[in-house]
Amino acid sequence: MDSQTLYDKLWQQHVVHTEEDGTSLIYIDRHLVHEVTSPQAFEGLHLAGRKPWRSDSMLAVPDHNVPTTTDGAGIDDPISRLQVTTLGQNCEHFGITEFGMSDPRQGIVHVIGPEQGATLPGMTIVCGDSHTSTHGAFGALAFGIGTSEVEHVMATQCLIQRKSKNMRVWIDGELRTGVTAKDVVLAVIGEIGTAGGTGYAMEFAGPVIEALSMESRMTICNMAIEAGARSGMIAADQTTIDYIKGRPGAPKGEMWEQAVNYWGDLHSDSDAVFDHEVRIDGSTISPQVTWGTSPEMVVDIDSNVPNPADIDDPVARDGVARALEYMGLEPGIEIRQIQPDLVFIGSCTNSRIEDLRQAADVVKGRKVAATIKQALVVPGSGLVKRQAEEEGLHQVFIDAGFEWRNPGCSMCLAMNADRLEPGERCASTSNRNFEGRQGQGGRTHLVSPAMAAAAAVAGHFTSPEDL
Amino acid sequence: MEAFTELNGIVAPMDRANVDTDAIIPKQFLKSIKRSGFGPNLFDEWRYLDQGEPGQDNAGRPLNTAFVLNLPRYQGASILLARENFGCGSSREHAPWALLDFGFRCIIAPSFADIFFNNCFKNAILPVVLNDKIVDDLFSRVAEVEGYALSINLPEQTITTPDGDHIDFDVEDFRKYCLINGLDDIGLTLEKSDAIKEYELRRKTEAPWLF
Repeated sequence: MDSQTLYDKLWQQHVVHTEEDGTSLIYIDRHLVHEVTSPQAFEGLHLAGRKPWRSDSMLAVPDHNVPTTTDGAGIDDPISRLQVTTLGQNCEHFGITEFGMSDPRQGIVHVIGPEQGATLPGMTIVCGDSHTSTHGAFGALAFGIGTSEVEHVMATQCLIQRKSKNMRVWIDGELRTGVTAKDVVLAVIGEIGTAGGTGYAMEFAGPVIEALSMESRMTICNMAIEAGARSGMIAADQTTIDYIKGRPGAPKGEMWEQAVNYWGDLHSDSDAVFDHEVRIDGSTISPQVTWGTSPEMVVDIDSNVPNPADIDDPVARDGVARALEYMGLEPGIEIRQIQPDLVFIGSCTNSRIEDLRQAADVVKGRKVAATIKQALVVPGSGLVKRQAEEEGLHQVFIDAGFEWRNPGCSMCLAMNADRLEPGERCASTSNRNFEGRQGQGGRTHLVSPAMAAAAAVAGHFTSPEDL
Repeated sequence: MEAFTELNGIVAPMDRANVDTDAIIPKQFLKSIKRSGFGPNLFDEWRYLDQGEPGQDNAGRPLNTAFVLNLPRYQGASILLARENFGCGSSREHAPWALLDFGFRCIIAPSFADIFFNNCFKNAILPVVLNDKIVDDLFSRVAEVEGYALSINLPEQTITTPDGDHIDFDVEDFRKYCLINGLDDIGLTLEKSDAIKEYELRRKTEAPWLF
């Protein structure tokens, strides 16, 4: 057999039928569901008198709208509340497992999937959410879909797709101290641009990736979509297997051995050919900070924001000028001079236990700067929160002046009450710095958890080592 | 789904790259549990001067009169001319719902983000990829000629300009077929139920932990 990429293998294993023009029917193993992109799909099922093909392939959780305050008051906004209760009603009606707001396992859908072992190597995984690429970290084919496709998967367990092209991002060498997965993926996006992966399935590989923990790999794959690729993926290896073992959804007994054996082939063959390949020397990557309104507008901590006057291409120059104006930044200023008003540590990119440990390491024994109006830590799930509390991380954050919140998507996209006011500037561990993303008129700088913590303490962007 | 065969419409220009779905329909409007009614909030943050909230009466809101879709010459436009990587970011299908509700049936750009591109076809919107030079020329023509309109013929895969020039475009056969016939593809897939069940039987042997 010809040599194959990881994506080729995952694709081939899930093809149910292929038309002459290459359009294929692909089987979906796991369907994750949240409250925002599912109500219209459930409504479609009701109207057509259909029911889910396999309710047991679905796992639902409200995350986008849920409050993160710890007073137990529930959702104030009646429209948000209706969306969350609608999810509950639909799940009950169709017999779908849901971790409701009061369930200790509730959290961000892309955090709880892996945490529960609902995400397994070799699966096809979809969710009505672009950051579904996160789950590709397990050697799975995982991608975001729209609501019509959510309904299609519910009704048929399949999707109509055409095969993407193969791209590999190879990270050589070794990361320097203080450089994290978030810096790696931001550097990749800076290199190839937000459309660099459009039309591709993007595999991350190389010595740097192999050395990363599962949580760091999730951070990388999470932001594949910010590089334009619907799916990001990393080969399954011993790190993957060790992470999964013993989780509620992991295979047990004899089936575990069988699964581990099967997962052993979930990597690109050594002579597999990619349509496009990018190589980056990991040892050259520094902590990253975005300065603009697209994740590709990113530089390292020791750099300056660009000056439109230095750019020849008129469309690019206008884009930079418009971004700087929105961000309220003088052309050419040093990144270290930029002073956030708020700090947000959370989101499906960076809200897992290792993220919180990295931030707490920086914060420990220090105080949030007086100029910071609000500093939030929002754990990715109830279980992450509990783990952090067992390790005493919450106290480190609280002592420093952070607010310790309940799990949810929170200020990553500000669908709940956590949001920026117009003109406010935030150091954020989330994934998108689009205009208005964290609140209308809000200004977002994407950074790693350690960098967000350092900015909270210093009152301006800086390397944790320089504190 | 409504069928799409031919369209003759005014073209509105959206002259910026990387327009994301957060800009097309901001997050607060995603709280709706319906598919319709998003048109008045299309590009809400650029279109109005105040902060929009769901359920508001949009008629009384202060307009950003400089925003392109508020200019009198583009009223009634059904074709949106855009720059590269249009529709990037969030997978929200509320973006094509808002564009459709506003009146757009076709979007022309040098490139689209994958999820958005796919979502358009599910909602009877035709996304057309044309090369940079043609898109540049169209931006110039739209700026020069008030009421500049294009005729789009999906069965023939051609766009006809007011000068009578023809521009060919590509579209995948299956997607074209579904658009022209206004087909709900769930029904088409369910015709293959037996193949899906056979696949499941095979996989239950190969990888039983998935079931």
